[in-house]
Amino acid sequence: MAEALNQKDNFLKGIIKENPVFVMLLGMCPTLGVTSSAFNGLGMGVATLFVLLMSNIVVSLIKSQVPSKVRIPAFIIIIASFVTIVEMVLEAFIPFLYEQLGIFIPLIVVNCLILGRAEAFASKNNVMSSILDALGMGLGFVIALTALGAAREILGSGSIFDIKFVAENANTFILFILPPGAFIALAYLTVFFNKISTKEAK
Amino acid sequence: MEYIIILIGAVFVNNIVLSQFLGICPFLGVSNKVSTSVGMSGAVLFVMTIATMATYMLHEFILVPAGLEYLRTITFILVIAALVQMVEIILKKVSPPLYQALGVFLPLITTNCAVLGVAILALGMENASLLKAVFFAVANSIGFGLALILFASIREHLELADLPKGMKGVPINLLVAGLLSLAFLGFTGLV
Repeated sequence: MAEALNQKDNFLKGIIKENPVFVMLLGMCPTLGVTSSAFNGLGMGVATLFVLLMSNIVVSLIKSQVPSKVRIPAFIIIIASFVTIVEMVLEAFIPFLYEQLGIFIPLIVVNCLILGRAEAFASKNNVMSSILDALGMGLGFVIALTALGAAREILGSGSIFDIKFVAENANTFILFILPPGAFIALAYLTVFFNKISTKEAK
Repeated sequence: MEYIIILIGAVFVNNIVLSQFLGICPFLGVSNKVSTSVGMSGAVLFVMTIATMATYMLHEFILVPAGLEYLRTITFILVIAALVQMVEIILKKVSPPLYQALGVFLPLITTNCAVLGVAILALGMENASLLKAVFFAVANSIGFGLALILFASIREHLELADLPKGMKGVPINLLVAGLLSLAFLGFTGLV
């Protein structure tokens, strides 16, 4: 099936048609939990993209060696190893982001997006298509998280990527950087995204 | 007193689902009927308590003495996955009725980030002890159950609501979750 898939479509499907957040609803915990600013959303997205890419590469390389009965635990160990690497690198080089993302960094392990792609795609396809699949899906995730983070930051703090565009003591929708704002902003972004993607399909 | 504060804090003030965003997948996934959400809450209570007990002991007695704290993520997820499998096998053998009620939810729990999240959060508590960690897990799973059952009962009513086309399905559920979370925000400052 995958061989017939055009490589370009393989890459692009993750960004719009099968967007992990807006369409497939995968990885909702970090999506809602860390997107109180655009920068945090971007950081989380890139960390997830890295783990997804590496785990897809390794899984597709070893797919014929792993007996199918133990494949899920094997995939989880591969993913957990890369998550540990990300955790250590972030702690050492970007401590600010490490503090902000907190508990959600180790929780990349249980992000269903990554295990889902390993199981549904990388364990059945060659390395090249798995890389493209991971890049497409990962970028879709990065875009979704950054968009949600930006929307919440603009409404909630009146700034974008920490650049303020309202007066210092202006009133903003603080609700949007609080937990309820995450659900509400994502609800409207999903409506908006569905509108765009159905239009494109026509 | 300390334990009452942990309980109120975990159930109302820092509700694991509505203000910490852990366990969103089952929260959105299995909340279309009250009966299934009760089953899921039961399964989470069971697994979260046992898993936190196991991971806390693993961390205190093996990882810390051996200086291997960086293996926390890998070892915890393996322990949780193995525990879920074990619970499933034991329940099937020992208590078929309980297995009937919880069985289908057990495999889903391995990827429930609330379980791993609580196991990690329990390590960071002030003057933590094994008893406290286990109590923390119980309190959090009660919080999870409360949020899930409340949400499911609202969703049952939504089935009949007349909604604009674009809002049907996921968006309206997220919006309802947002309002529920807003209600829980009212508990801020209680402890």
